[in-house]
Amino acid sequence: MTRRYSAFSLFKEGLAGQTGWEPAWRSPAPRKTYDAIIIGGGGHGLATAYYLARTHGIANVAVLEKGWIGGGNTGRNTTVVRSNYYYPESVALYGLAHRLYEGLAKELNYNIMLSQRGMISLCHSMIEMEIAARTVNAMQINGTDAELYSVEDVRRVAPIFNFSPAARFPVFGGVWQGRAGTARHDAVAWGYARAANSLGVDIIQNCEVTDFIVAGGRCRGVETTRGEMRAERIGMAVAGHSSVLAAKAGFRLPINSYALQACVSEPVKPILDTVVLSPGTGVYVSQSDKGEIVIGGALDRIPSYGQRGNLPTLEGVIAGLLEMFPAFGQLKLMRQWAGIVDVVPDSSPIIGESPLPGLFLNCGWGTGGFKAIPAGGTLLAHLLATGRHNDISRPFDLDRFVTGKLIDEAAGSGIAH
Amino acid sequence: MQIFICPFCGPREESEFHYGGDAGNARPEGADVPAERWGDYLYMRNNPKGAAREVWVHMACGEFFVMERDSVGHTVTATHALTDGKHPE
Repeated sequence: MTRRYSAFSLFKEGLAGQTGWEPAWRSPAPRKTYDAIIIGGGGHGLATAYYLARTHGIANVAVLEKGWIGGGNTGRNTTVVRSNYYYPESVALYGLAHRLYEGLAKELNYNIMLSQRGMISLCHSMIEMEIAARTVNAMQINGTDAELYSVEDVRRVAPIFNFSPAARFPVFGGVWQGRAGTARHDAVAWGYARAANSLGVDIIQNCEVTDFIVAGGRCRGVETTRGEMRAERIGMAVAGHSSVLAAKAGFRLPINSYALQACVSEPVKPILDTVVLSPGTGVYVSQSDKGEIVIGGALDRIPSYGQRGNLPTLEGVIAGLLEMFPAFGQLKLMRQWAGIVDVVPDSSPIIGESPLPGLFLNCGWGTGGFKAIPAGGTLLAHLLATGRHNDISRPFDLDRFVTGKLIDEAAGSGIAH
Repeated sequence: MQIFICPFCGPREESEFHYGGDAGNARPEGADVPAERWGDYLYMRNNPKGAAREVWVHMACGEFFVMERDSVGHTVTATHALTDGKHPE
């Protein structure tokens, strides 16, 4: 059986008619007890299982996914990887994820197609340039890479932008992060799944958690559509459905669920080789390796669990896109979709023990969960293995909504989630 | 474009409305409200999947009202003025 991916194994399997590959992960029957159970088989859940097994030596772990792995937000995002945040707590968190992403393909023996093509956050006024200078300073002081770009710099990295004097959104410059870029979103889920599976983790799909087993004031297990499973430590990484599971466990979260839409055009030849974000027009855009223009924008205006989005927001996003890149008006849109994101008042995630002891949270990533997958997995695994925070996850505990020590990235970095 | 019904102005486009939080989330009163209660009032949300009771504001007329709707299918079942006596909270 061929397990490792390499040029040699590709060649060998080519000669053998591709008959020797083994499945990337097993589909085992659920066991009655585990050392830890992770609810949610997206990027964060699968990464948690992988780091539990690899870093902490706890491999008797189940990942429970109600649909198929990577079929929720991991398969619905716009694949951008970056760490351009304002507060030191956030830079420590997203910087950890960014560094792990840079070594992930080698570590997992799975090509996640990380492409560090750089990202420009545009400024459309002199006032925004003042804020950009402040952001660049903060990022540099916090030890991540950032440059303040002039109009000429923007023209160099995004020549097809509408630089006309009559443009409704003129460019004054922007914040450049050269290490930012994109990664293949499905490959991140599949790579973590394959690596976790090879360390002994059970990945159980089509298994929905219907209730929690509580005894002696602690969470002891879960009821699922495939039977009861027990574990003393349970982690939850279910993105937009965090409130639904929290209600089953008897508590509320500071979360509203919204649809976040994205769309892609037909594939065209290379025309945009960086990620462009414009807070002013509420649009971000990049070109996929296949040539499609990948377009994302603002949250829908209506709290929703409907994974399709609604038209007014999409209209606004497309209008902003065409103001910035008039040439894209010739493109046909191929697909539009939405994922349900869990939006927190201070636009920062929630990582820590829930009000039900034994149940740990990884949620509230809002519109930005994909770029944080390696960090979310590392930190939830640390919590499950030790029962305690490490220094990076401590500021993101749920208790900040009682103490008032919020990490407000909407105000800090202008990130909308 | 979805149409919402303002109890004061009638059917209008959804872009005229703004979401205002859970219905029945009453502000704590008094000087000795514990921090947990303030945190609960300010930040914690029901966020139901399915039937939801929410406060919305019609930005054109400035009136707040209660909307009952489905958060998955987006069907609106009822809208009431906050002052119609049906909302003692």
